[in-house]
Amino acid sequence: MVKRGVLTFHSKPSIYATGVTAGPLEKKKSVFAQQFDKSYEDERCDLPTNEDGHKQLMYDAVLIALSKAKKQPEKIDFLLTGDLVNQMTPSNFTAHALAIPYIGLFSACATSVSSMITAALLADAKHANWIVAGSSSQHNAIERQFRYPVEYGSQKGATAQWTVTAAGAVLIGQHKQGTPVIDCATVGKVIDMGMTDPLNMGSAMAPAASDTLMNHLTGHGKTVDDYDTIITGDLGSNGFKIFKALANENGLPHTKNFRDAGEEFYGNDPSFKAGASGSGCSAAVFFSDVYQKLLTGEYKRVLLLATGALLSPLSFQQGDTIPCIAHAIELTMEEVTAP
Amino acid sequence: MISIYITSFIVGGLICVIGQLLMDVAKLTPAHTLCSLVVAGSVLDGFGWYEPFIDFAGAGATIPITSFGNALTHGAMAEAEKHGLVGVVTGMFEVTSSGISAAIIFGLIGALLFTSKGNI
Repeated sequence: MVKRGVLTFHSKPSIYATGVTAGPLEKKKSVFAQQFDKSYEDERCDLPTNEDGHKQLMYDAVLIALSKAKKQPEKIDFLLTGDLVNQMTPSNFTAHALAIPYIGLFSACATSVSSMITAALLADAKHANWIVAGSSSQHNAIERQFRYPVEYGSQKGATAQWTVTAAGAVLIGQHKQGTPVIDCATVGKVIDMGMTDPLNMGSAMAPAASDTLMNHLTGHGKTVDDYDTIITGDLGSNGFKIFKALANENGLPHTKNFRDAGEEFYGNDPSFKAGASGSGCSAAVFFSDVYQKLLTGEYKRVLLLATGALLSPLSFQQGDTIPCIAHAIELTMEEVTAP
Repeated sequence: MISIYITSFIVGGLICVIGQLLMDVAKLTPAHTLCSLVVAGSVLDGFGWYEPFIDFAGAGATIPITSFGNALTHGAMAEAEKHGLVGVVTGMFEVTSSGISAAIIFGLIGALLFTSKGNI
C-alpha cells in the first residue's frame, strides 16, 4: 500500500563519502569547525564576488566527497544540488563545471535532505550507481537575497538567524555493508501557519518540522526512542523551542535526543542571535558531525529533519505569509557481519 | 548654553526611540521606518511646527532624518511662494540638494574604498 509521502528504500542505498566546506567565520566560530573538510581564509574564496565564492564552496565540497571515494566526476550518474540564490546559479554553474547530469532542486534550507531522498530513489530504482546530493549557502549572497544586503548594516532582532557560509555534498550509491545506509524517508507537506516575519523563520518552520516528524513516526511505525538523535536543520533557538513544545503536545514522551543543527552551529554565541540558518547549515552538520558519528558507531540510527522556508523576497513584500516545508530521511549504521 | 546640548541630546534620542519602536514593536522594515520619519517631519513643517521645534532642540531636531522631511516641505513652500505651483516641484530639492549630493558622493567613495564583509 502506498502511504502519501512515506518512502522505504528496500535496497538500502549507502552513503560512501561526504565533503563539507565552510567560510572563514565558520572556521573561527562554529563548534563543528574541526569536522569540516576544508575552510577558506576569505569569505569569497579569493574570488571577485560573493556568488563566485558560493560556487566554489559547492564545487569543492563535491570534489572532496568524490576524492574520498576515489571517484572522478565522469563516473557520477547524477548531481542533485540546490541553494538559495535566485534561479540557483551557484548550483547550476557548479553543475556546468563538473559536467555531471544534473537536476537542480529547491526546497530552501531543506534541500540537503530533499536531494538525498531523490538520490536514494534513483539508486533504489537502479537508475543510477553513483549520485551526488548536496546544498550550499554563502552568508553575504543569501542575506542580500532574503533579508538586507550586508552593506546596509540593518539591525537584527533576537529571533533573526545567521546564514552560514558552507556547503555539503554526499556521495550515494548502491548498498554496501559497513557503511551508513538510507533506510526510509518522509516527504513533507507545505505548512503555512500565517507567519510573516522573515527575521523569525525558525518559528515559522517549526510546525512543518513537527508535521513531518509525526508523519514519519506513524508512517514507518517508529518511536522517538528508536533514534540516537533526531536532528533538525536550522530551526534556531526559538524555532527549536517551539518544535519541542509541539512534540510534547503531540504526545511524544520526551525530546532529550532532539538536536538542532542551527542552534548548535555557532555554539549559542549571542552575536549570532537565534543561531545559524541557510541550506549550507543542515548540509554541513549532517554530512560532518552526524555522518562521522554514524561511522564511529556513536549513532546507530538517526533521523535528519531538514526544514525550509519557501518564501521569496517578492512574496514577502507583497504581504504573503511564509510557507514552510520539512523533509525527513532515516540513516542507519550497519554492523559488518562476519562472513 | 549647556542646556541646549542637553535638550538636543534628549530630543534627538527620543526621535530615535520612536524609530526603534516602529521597527521593534510595529514591526516596520528599516525602509518603512525611514520613510515614516521623513513623512512625519514633512507633515510637521506643513503645519509650521518644525521650525519652532528646531529653535527648541537644535541639532536634536536637525540631525535625525525627520529634518530631511522638514527640508523637503520647506523648499517646496518657499519656491511655491515665488513661482506658484511649479515652485512646489522645483523647490523640493532646493534645500535638500546638498544632502542628496553628499549621500551620492560619499556612497561612491565608500564603495570604491571598501568591500562588504559578513564578519561580526
